[in-house]
Amino acid sequence: MTAHPILSVDGLSVDFRTRNGTVKALDAVSLSVAKGEVLGIVGESGSGKSVTAYTVIGLLDTAGKPVAGSASYDGMDLLGARERDLSDLRGREISMIFQNPRAALNPIRPVGKQIEDVLLRHNQATRQDARQKAIGMLEKVKILEPEQRYWSYPFELSGGMCQRVMIAIALACNPRLLIADEPTTGLDVTTQKATMNLIRDLTRARGMAVVLITHDLGMAAAYCDRIVVMQKGKIVEAAPVAELFKRPQHPYTKKLIAASPGPDSQLYELTAMPDELQSTAGAAARPNGQGGKPATPASNEVLLEVKGLVKTYPRRNGAAAGWPWSKARKGADDFIAVDGISFSLGHGESLGLVGESGCGKSTTSSIVTRLLDPTAGQVILAGEDITVHKAARFARMPQRTRIQMVFQDPTESLNPRFSAADSIADPLKRLKGMKGAKPIAAKVAELADMVGLPQHLLTRFPHQLSGGQKARVGIARAIAVEPLLLVLDEPTSALDVSVQAVVLQLLDRLKRELGMSYIFVSHDLNVVRLLCERVIVMNKGRIVESGTAEAVLKNPQDPYTRRLIAAIPHFEPAKM
Amino acid sequence: MTVMTLSLRHFGYVMGENPVTAGAFALFAIIVLLALFGPWLAPYDPLATNAVNALQPPSLAHPFGTDHLGRDVLSRVIVATRLDLGIAVSAVALSFFIGSALGCAAGFWGGWTDRVVGRVTDTIMAFPLFVLAMGVVAALGNSVENIIYATAVINLPFYARVARSETSLRRNAGFVQAARLCGNSDLRILATQIFPNILPPMMVQISLNMGWAILNAAGLSFIGLGVRPPDAEWGIMVAEGATYVISGEWWLALFPGGALMLAVFCFNLLGDGLRDLVDPLRRT
Amino acid sequence: MRTKTIQIGQRLLQALPSVLGIVIISFVLTRALPGDPAVYFAGMMADEQSIAEVRKALGLDRSWIEQFFIYTGNLLSGNLGMSLSTGRPVLVELLTRLPASLELTFAGLGLAILVAVPLGVLAATRPGSWIDHLCRLLVTAGVSLPTFFTGLFLMYLFYYLLGWAPSPLGRIDFLSIPPPHVSGLFLVDSLLDGDLETFWASLKQLILPAATLGLFALAPIARMTRAAMLNALSSDYVRTARANGLARSTVLGTYAFRNAALPVLTTLGMVFSFLLGANVLVEKVFSWPGIGSFAIEALVASDYAAVQGFVLAMALLFVVVNLTIDVLLTVIDPRVALEA
Repeated sequence: MTAHPILSVDGLSVDFRTRNGTVKALDAVSLSVAKGEVLGIVGESGSGKSVTAYTVIGLLDTAGKPVAGSASYDGMDLLGARERDLSDLRGREISMIFQNPRAALNPIRPVGKQIEDVLLRHNQATRQDARQKAIGMLEKVKILEPEQRYWSYPFELSGGMCQRVMIAIALACNPRLLIADEPTTGLDVTTQKATMNLIRDLTRARGMAVVLITHDLGMAAAYCDRIVVMQKGKIVEAAPVAELFKRPQHPYTKKLIAASPGPDSQLYELTAMPDELQSTAGAAARPNGQGGKPATPASNEVLLEVKGLVKTYPRRNGAAAGWPWSKARKGADDFIAVDGISFSLGHGESLGLVGESGCGKSTTSSIVTRLLDPTAGQVILAGEDITVHKAARFARMPQRTRIQMVFQDPTESLNPRFSAADSIADPLKRLKGMKGAKPIAAKVAELADMVGLPQHLLTRFPHQLSGGQKARVGIARAIAVEPLLLVLDEPTSALDVSVQAVVLQLLDRLKRELGMSYIFVSHDLNVVRLLCERVIVMNKGRIVESGTAEAVLKNPQDPYTRRLIAAIPHFEPAKM
Repeated sequence: MTVMTLSLRHFGYVMGENPVTAGAFALFAIIVLLALFGPWLAPYDPLATNAVNALQPPSLAHPFGTDHLGRDVLSRVIVATRLDLGIAVSAVALSFFIGSALGCAAGFWGGWTDRVVGRVTDTIMAFPLFVLAMGVVAALGNSVENIIYATAVINLPFYARVARSETSLRRNAGFVQAARLCGNSDLRILATQIFPNILPPMMVQISLNMGWAILNAAGLSFIGLGVRPPDAEWGIMVAEGATYVISGEWWLALFPGGALMLAVFCFNLLGDGLRDLVDPLRRT
Repeated sequence: MRTKTIQIGQRLLQALPSVLGIVIISFVLTRALPGDPAVYFAGMMADEQSIAEVRKALGLDRSWIEQFFIYTGNLLSGNLGMSLSTGRPVLVELLTRLPASLELTFAGLGLAILVAVPLGVLAATRPGSWIDHLCRLLVTAGVSLPTFFTGLFLMYLFYYLLGWAPSPLGRIDFLSIPPPHVSGLFLVDSLLDGDLETFWASLKQLILPAATLGLFALAPIARMTRAAMLNALSSDYVRTARANGLARSTVLGTYAFRNAALPVLTTLGMVFSFLLGANVLVEKVFSWPGIGSFAIEALVASDYAAVQGFVLAMALLFVVVNLTIDVLLTVIDPRVALEA
């Protein structure tokens, strides 16, 4: 970069004091951002990317201390600066936006007032024109009816709107540097895109420098000029975007790039080297010829048929709350979560259920797994209508073994007081009626082998296991009773991208070995595509499009599907 | 086995980190010992009157002095431990069992169970609790047993509420859903999946509540309910000594009051310590 | 603004089930008396016939449902029965003594808030400092202090040893004349009368018992303030405020404290419940002529109508306090409507 850097960090090291001694959070980090440049800091959780930002802006938690190196903004030393000077700088010269925008706004102050606070603090407005300027900012971030929204509280706005307000606050005083810390995490894909485009347009127009912190390589590729990759507190690689994706130097960067699924990537390509725990199986997952598509074609025999599924919830009525005897009026007011869904699934087939949050995909999967009773409709499994049994009764019926589920959050889906072995053994005891410690232990060990979980980890409790290991425990528990159908509810969304790749490969291998059918619920079409032959796209409780994964992704018919696909950030090195 | 040693080591670690909690545990042990062996440890008969020796200030023979009837205050303070602790433990046990059963049911099943339990606890909480306890004792009759019931009634809502909120937090947790998929019945899920997980916060509640229960029971006997003279109980001893404070005979009220305070203090410190043990994040 | 009015109306309506619950419980309490209530109410000297008369007069010969409606009807017309020990209507007895209790309780609560809130805020903004340790010590010690014990201790210290406080008997020393009755609160009435001497005399009497109550209420308020403030200070929105360089006073006041005030206000309801109970004990210690002392005398004399009346009055007072807090919360917190 030839331009004079506006922010430069040189050899910065930060230590954190914890109960177990000092932890090095940053280790000799050096980076710089030039005027008008967008720098991406990419890394998985715990890589130190956020700590870098907080140290620079002076918001580091009191447990953390910079121990070496320097950071300067436009020639001014940031680490040695007095808090007064720093706070003068923040908001006026450097501003920051955060993830989880709704929590990041004062919940009991109108959003317009929060913009005003910043304007007044940095003398960018007088008491007379502050309100007008705040409304002007709301207009600039494309919030409709800015006069009315000025008085809105964060809880009255959607997540995307809150992030727009955050952007308005951050840009109110025309700073020259914006630090965006995972600004779209927790937002829906389409909202993500709109938000990122807004940030790009506004900062470009002002010639601002931007530091974008993200775990998503695709997003970094789409919006950054230059990328630094961090791992365990160190910068392992820094390069211009095209360079980085075409010729990654560091093995970690290669691994990250490989693990991020793009529209053309194949399952076997996701790991640079096959998972060490299943090297033979990993090789098996690579079929002759092309692609990671399951070798076994789905049979035509129908396993599951869902007919006209409807689920409604009564809306909570404010006036009626607190009266034990008053029930919410039934009927017209009901919130419709699932609105007449029908589909079918063959033996050994995988079906993706895709949509944004609130589209009804999770409700559908809960009904199919019989954790929830539908309002109307049928779920026919292997020729038997299983909706005739109430969910509570179904739990103890022999048919229960036929459908199992892998949950979204591996941590939350394991009882913190059960060891890994206890969790895996639970369905064996309850559903298979297995008795005696020895046969159960043998079966648990066999299952652990199948999912690549080392035997010595079986006695551990969830908090002693890593995210990937917990995911394996959850999968072992689900396949313990040899189900015909496995419902995967966003099984990898809580995992880092490199772990996600390994878990996806594991699921693919198990499906082939055990001949199960999958319903894969996800918001990410690129991930779904890797495992599923067919895809259903849901929006507002209805199916808007269905077809083979390839067809839906390459040639979407419905406008909603098109928007969804366009919004997924990804990188295509070939086109750079 | 490994779990036991692990949690023991964790316990030792936390104790080492928190000398205050360790002290509270030691004090707790002493209180329990006094409650169990009080009558044998007391130097004098707590009920033996001696008019000649009345209202003696603390001395070597009577470290806590003597009261208006010449009884040894130290012996009475020691012997009273059992009664005070007994009332509090019985009351807390009652409200713990009933309250957590109601709360778990309400939190797990929701619906009308939740509404009924919620309404009952809300109604109890609509009373100033000590005043309600006075009313209950007045209605049921003035006896130690009824003090226990009254204290249990006013403690009930706290357990029900903690159990309810902790249960409903976990009602739809992934591991509970998974247990359903594994073929567990509702009752089994409550017993094996949910209850062990809500036990730690409930234990904290017990410990914090025990001090409050002792205070309430002592308060009731201070105003003349429950325990009858000449039985030794801290609250009633303070009440008997109250009239002498104005004339300067402080030891009658100070020592039993101090013992009461120390016991409550001990339980509160234990509660705080337990909370750190259970949930280091929620330190206040 | 109109929605706020509607919300406040709804809050008021939501108090109805509470009141109904209170009436049911106090009805059950009056009928749960050991043995035959008629025998109690007829008195020691009653014969068969007068007991029967009392039973009829109390409506005890009718069904429970009927009895409940008679009871509720009596309550609505302000009939709480007669006090056996004084021979006057319970309602009159309670009303004449209520101001003394209110003056004491609110003085105690006011003292506690004045000390506890700044203490909690200071402790939260300077974690690990001496004021933080002081706050933690006070909080743990405060909830462990039996009020009657604190009262006696303060009395011994300030009356017997130091001689600073007047003799702890009643609301005003026997040399002064109570101010003319307007509100029943001596401090207010004496000021209205312009009589500073009486004001001073009653203030001196009030300080020790009010401090006793205040010490008791201080702990939960300080604890909650500190916790809520710590919570707010570590929240994302305070981080945002700091990231935008807002002044420290704005961050602490507008962003942190206003949010922290909501849980503290909610806690005040619970604190008030404890205060009303502690009030009974403090009144006994300081011979304060409020309704607490009246209730204790009635308890000792087995004057059940008076005790039940007292319990009911306290519960209704508590409902009013909770309602006030709820309405305040509705006005302050924009999110209340959502939670309802």
